[in-house]
Amino acid sequence: MGALFALVLLNTISRPSFLSITVKNGQLYGSIIDILRDSAPLMLVALGMTLVIATRGIDLSVGAVMAISGAVALQIISKSTSPNRIGTVLIAIGIGVFITLLFGLWNGFLVAVVGIQPIIATLVLMLGGRGIALLITGGFITTITSSPYAQMAQGHLLGLPLAFFFSVGAIAIIGLLVRRTALGVLTESVGINPSASRLAGVRSRGIIWSIYGISGLLAGLAGILYSSNIMAADSNNAGFLIELDAILAVVLGGTSLRGGKFTLSGTVIGVFIIQTLTSTITFLGVPPAVTPVFKAIVVILVCLSQSSRVRQWLGRIRHLRGAKPPIRLSGLETEVLAERKSV
Amino acid sequence: MRSISIEFPGVKALDDVDFTLRSGEIHSLLGENGAGKSTLIKALTGVYSIDSGTIQVSGKERTFAGTADAQSAGIATVYQEINLCTNLTVGENVMLGHEVRGRFGINWRATHAKATTYLRQLGVDVDPRSQLSGHSLAIQQLIAISRAMVVDCRVLVLDEPTSSLDRSEVEQLFAVMRRLRSRDVAILFVSHFLDQVYEISDQMTVLRNGKLVGEYHVGELSRSELISKMLGHELDELESIARTASRTIDRTGNPILKITALGRKGSIEPTDLDIYDGEIVGFAGLLGSGRTELVRIIYGADRSDHGAVEVRGKSVRLSSPRHSSNHRIAFSSEDRRAEGIIGDLTVAENIVLGIQAKRGWLRRVNKAQSDEVVAQYIESLDIRPVSPHILMSNLSGGNQQKVLLARWLATAPQLLILDEPTRGIDVGAKAEIQREIAKLATAGLGVIFISSELDEVLRLSQRVVVLRDRRKIAEFDNHESFDIGDIVALIAKEGAA
Repeated sequence: MGALFALVLLNTISRPSFLSITVKNGQLYGSIIDILRDSAPLMLVALGMTLVIATRGIDLSVGAVMAISGAVALQIISKSTSPNRIGTVLIAIGIGVFITLLFGLWNGFLVAVVGIQPIIATLVLMLGGRGIALLITGGFITTITSSPYAQMAQGHLLGLPLAFFFSVGAIAIIGLLVRRTALGVLTESVGINPSASRLAGVRSRGIIWSIYGISGLLAGLAGILYSSNIMAADSNNAGFLIELDAILAVVLGGTSLRGGKFTLSGTVIGVFIIQTLTSTITFLGVPPAVTPVFKAIVVILVCLSQSSRVRQWLGRIRHLRGAKPPIRLSGLETEVLAERKSV
Repeated sequence: MRSISIEFPGVKALDDVDFTLRSGEIHSLLGENGAGKSTLIKALTGVYSIDSGTIQVSGKERTFAGTADAQSAGIATVYQEINLCTNLTVGENVMLGHEVRGRFGINWRATHAKATTYLRQLGVDVDPRSQLSGHSLAIQQLIAISRAMVVDCRVLVLDEPTSSLDRSEVEQLFAVMRRLRSRDVAILFVSHFLDQVYEISDQMTVLRNGKLVGEYHVGELSRSELISKMLGHELDELESIARTASRTIDRTGNPILKITALGRKGSIEPTDLDIYDGEIVGFAGLLGSGRTELVRIIYGADRSDHGAVEVRGKSVRLSSPRHSSNHRIAFSSEDRRAEGIIGDLTVAENIVLGIQAKRGWLRRVNKAQSDEVVAQYIESLDIRPVSPHILMSNLSGGNQQKVLLARWLATAPQLLILDEPTRGIDVGAKAEIQREIAKLATAGLGVIFISSELDEVLRLSQRVVVLRDRRKIAEFDNHESFDIGDIVALIAKEGAA
């Protein structure tokens, strides 16, 4: 949270207009609004990635899957006789997302049933997925004109970008799914100790399988948003390297790559950090080739500030010996406590 | 160590404790649940920092900021879990960090040769080029001790070294310890096996609730005096358990569980067994006799090759833990660290996990229900600390075992399978767990109870099943006249046949 605040501060200092929001035609505009809108695809993917990582897995195929859903939806609309009807658009989206759900379940099958390591299982789809998307579009970048479809990425609702509501909706649904049902704690259990969970009677296989499915579904939705933005099915560029940004967002948010306890709110903050970072870099005029380096430096700084060891070291410098960490249920404080207690 | 105090949030783990270890002495550290034994050792080995007090090594005061400091002061530790690298060879493990280096890097031949010398010094004859994982736990432990010798340790700390060793391996370890003692190494021996403590130690230090009770020469205290110093009260609980164990079982109706010719190739021969309501069936046998393998197949943790299982007269297929759980069978694994504890979840979440798993992911156990169940078991099993929101990994071994027991009891099973539930935990918790098992069985729960401590098996069971070399070799109704010698004789007799 502190890192996000720092980034916002940095932006505001360098361009005072960063925080300003203007209203035109009943719609809000401004840098902050742009961030809310542009972060939507990454938000969807990162939420799914959080759950997958919690099961001690990883999903490298999310970018390729984004390409697939865009390709399917656009093919359907382009072949349809009434591309401007909402019904057509909804069917196209529905089928596109359904197909990516199936691909997600395929990943889940490989990991949970066949027992393949997640990194390998999802790597297969990562490599092959874009090819599949190109096959669907016949090798072309399919373009369409369909005003309902364009609304998703470019439209507004209640003055805010419609895309933002996708984010909010996903956060709300996944959040409820995970904390209102037992899915969250069972997932954490499976991630922390798979054998113990299995012996305790937890349906580890089913849970892992479903979570990869959810990841596929969310990535599919992200792909729809992406293609809605450019009104084209660009199989090569859709979601390019988004898996790395998603993993980064999850880690920045505080979920450990070792699996187990996870935090959705942390991921949300992580996504906003990355999106704000992108906005900062663009505004500062950093040449595109240098952008990844810039990003990497900021990420390293955030990770250092989160590291319990660095905190201890800083604490020693400031002569804060004797400060005992509180017993907390989640968050990084438990890392420090557990470190003290670990064998 | 003088006036050592260490405090953690909510608990004072050590309160003004004094501890002296002299060279050429084997000193045992004894104490109950949360008495502070492992905390004291971790302070000595640099894992924890001390809040107040001093540590002196050979007369010089030292502060340990980390384990490296302790090692350079000549203090080495061998933990219960060994903590060596199983993917490396024996020689590589022994010489880890101290390999023989030449001009072009590590001289492996010389390194392995040196490893052999160190191993030989302890009387261990093992090929240094063999993989560590290919050796038994007992040998791995001796290799870990050799490693300590490489760094020229003056103080050797052995934390529960004998939990997984059989009699001959324990003898081997003790021989090595005596050899080291004659070389003026000071040895700190932590164990729950009081017989062994009396056999090998010269001095004993007893801790209770973080405070020092006293240091005694081994001849000074009798076993019961020692136990009462550790527990602070007379121990006749165990006596009362023995009385309840001798009940008669009604075997006329349908047994809870009936297995016929159940087996798995290479693991356990086809075996028959019946268990009735309220009956505790104890499995006795040496390490490797197939006790764990058999119960894992019964529970569905492993697959069987052949045989049939009936629950209350109905034929069932227990092919996974979920199936068994649906039939109200519960299983507590002997390896609680790998197969029981969910460390980063709280005590409450661990206890509720069994119930939650049965209900599925959709129907979450709500807070009120969870609080009620958890509070009930924290009280009835005397789990400490009493807060349900502490992480499981912060509990002592005995309390962790109780939490696992609570997890299973909360699912209201009809058959409870306990594999080594008292291993690696102290006298007080052992007694509490045994008492709880006896109480539940009297109320009608069927229990399969595996323990390497034959006195526990004899104390609790109504029927004893003896296994050897992956076969059931005997089964008999328990009677007060039986003692450990009889069982041992049974095992030996069959072996000789």
